[in-house]
Amino acid sequence: MSVQAWTYVFVVLSFSLYIGIAIWSRAGSTKEFYVAGGGVHPIANGMATAADWMSAASFIGMAGLISFLGRDGTFYLMGWTGGYVLLALLLAPYLRKFGKFTVPDFIGDRYYSQTARLVAVFCAIVISFIYVCGQMQGAGIVFSRFLEVDVTTGVIIGMAIVFFYAVLGGMKGITYTQVAQYCVLIFAFMVPAIFISLMMTGQAIPQIGFGSELLDGSGYLLDRLDGLSQELGFATYTEGQRSTQDVFFITAALMFGTAGLPHVIIRFFTVPNVRDARRSAGYAIIFIAILYTTAPTVAAFARTNLINSVSNVEYSAVPEWFSKWESTNLIRFNDKNNDGKIQYLGDAEKNELTVSADIMVMANPEIAGLPNWVVALVTAGALAAALSTAAGLLLVISTSVAHDMLKRTFMPSITEKQELLYARLSIFVAVLIAGYVGMNPPAYVAQVVAFAFGLAAASFFPAIVLGIFQKKMNKEGAITGMAAGFIFTASYIIYFKLINPAANTADNWLFGISPEGIGTLGTMINIFFAYTVSRFTPEAPAEVQELVENIRLPGEA
Amino acid sequence: MVDSRAHSYWKANIKLVLSLLCVWFLISFGCGILFVDALDNIRFGGFKLGFWIAQQGSILVFIALIFIYIRAMDKLDEKYNQESSGESNQQTEGDSL
Repeated sequence: MSVQAWTYVFVVLSFSLYIGIAIWSRAGSTKEFYVAGGGVHPIANGMATAADWMSAASFIGMAGLISFLGRDGTFYLMGWTGGYVLLALLLAPYLRKFGKFTVPDFIGDRYYSQTARLVAVFCAIVISFIYVCGQMQGAGIVFSRFLEVDVTTGVIIGMAIVFFYAVLGGMKGITYTQVAQYCVLIFAFMVPAIFISLMMTGQAIPQIGFGSELLDGSGYLLDRLDGLSQELGFATYTEGQRSTQDVFFITAALMFGTAGLPHVIIRFFTVPNVRDARRSAGYAIIFIAILYTTAPTVAAFARTNLINSVSNVEYSAVPEWFSKWESTNLIRFNDKNNDGKIQYLGDAEKNELTVSADIMVMANPEIAGLPNWVVALVTAGALAAALSTAAGLLLVISTSVAHDMLKRTFMPSITEKQELLYARLSIFVAVLIAGYVGMNPPAYVAQVVAFAFGLAAASFFPAIVLGIFQKKMNKEGAITGMAAGFIFTASYIIYFKLINPAANTADNWLFGISPEGIGTLGTMINIFFAYTVSRFTPEAPAEVQELVENIRLPGEA
Repeated sequence: MVDSRAHSYWKANIKLVLSLLCVWFLISFGCGILFVDALDNIRFGGFKLGFWIAQQGSILVFIALIFIYIRAMDKLDEKYNQESSGESNQQTEGDSL
């Protein structure tokens, strides 16, 4: 069977599964719609969190980026997993004990202020919206490349599926589809990785193959890769190029951001009690670590494979995958010295080959000559990753509008039935807008996605942690802190990414921190303002301090 | 009485969290970023130690930290609950919100 046929088989099968789950898990109450009734098993929640968390970027983009960044790519690996330690130790159990539906719920009640609630609603919507557009775009690209439909059709199919199970089932539908999506995506990621590891090193476990000798007798994989890189004038793979402080700040921004992303936090509202909230954070990191410890191995295998199969090869004799990806413009060859061979070099003047980081995961099975069904599997996995994350984000937008803005602020008298209707309506509108942006992507969407982390780090993370661990922290401090952190981080990013991208070089950065890492400074600014302002304003009222005392205690959820 | 019990529970919790976060910081930011070049001088198998910690080891340590936390907090909760009326926090029904 051809790759195309296999792809249709996998996509149709996995989509039917998602739709089946959606029909089975319709939501009847706001509690089911917002937190899946609060009865999700910690292992199921761990899987759902992992799928919710691992987006199109983790699945398609990350290994490719690491492939070209070498050791510097570490900040993605540590940043996107280390954040779970913060989430498990500092946030998840307490937010579960608090026991409401959304992050703005916590901020609004803890800081006894509608202003704080609205600031939180604003941050949650902005962060989730930036993020969801990237997912829709990712799904559209995957559809168009592998199913040979155009991007618009691809986005519409993606929208229809997400819409179906998110509107019907709310958090309940999303949770159980995410469990299925996790299984699909992890299988799709691991199968090619195991194949390649076996092929190159004879080791079935990629994490061991990563440190093993190559079967072709050229020594250890990483040594060989370092050698090849040096030969061709690329940076040595296992050595860092970026400044230590920049790597430090980027890692911290990704960690704080991970712990502050509303769509991840709300997953912990769905388990029965505090004990299960802690447990499901543990399961979540295991499920995530399976992909995150494999990604760097795929990065190294793919990079070695790529160099071996194209460097100094006659252009007329390139393998089939090369021409296929060339037609998508993700691989470009320009025969500068007209010798008919491909010179793939670190020196930009002489280099004749440009390879997009995006194809390292998608094309890797083809480069390694794996069977057609493995190639097709990757498509289903990438779609599962994009759709599961999109659904979680849409739910945050919907709850922020229906619950926090309408029910808790502007229209407190609406009935539960009406609230549920508004929640469904707002998912509907959010899907339409996200789909529209996915079809007509402004050039900067993809770039801005990574910055959702910086914004989450600078706004929610400190506000929530201070709210739990500083019982006297008051609304004045928290609101000023969130606003200052958010505005500072957003301005720095907007300046370097949108207004003046030409100035985006290490010399112009504040303390040598790139826009990717600025969220860490935003976090510090948030904390600084929160403390300073709270010292000069009245401390939190007694009943709020009592609430904090209460969420610190175990049990009696 | 309730207050002193809650107080000592919270103190034990803070101590646990702080010590785990120290390890978290040392492994990720310490070994994985600040001292990575020095650690790279040590080799095992096909890995340089610093590189391995940065791309593999740190993630394994994160898992271990969370599971140590889960176990320690279970014990702490149990102690707290025994000292009070032994009230169970095992609720499987969704209406515990």
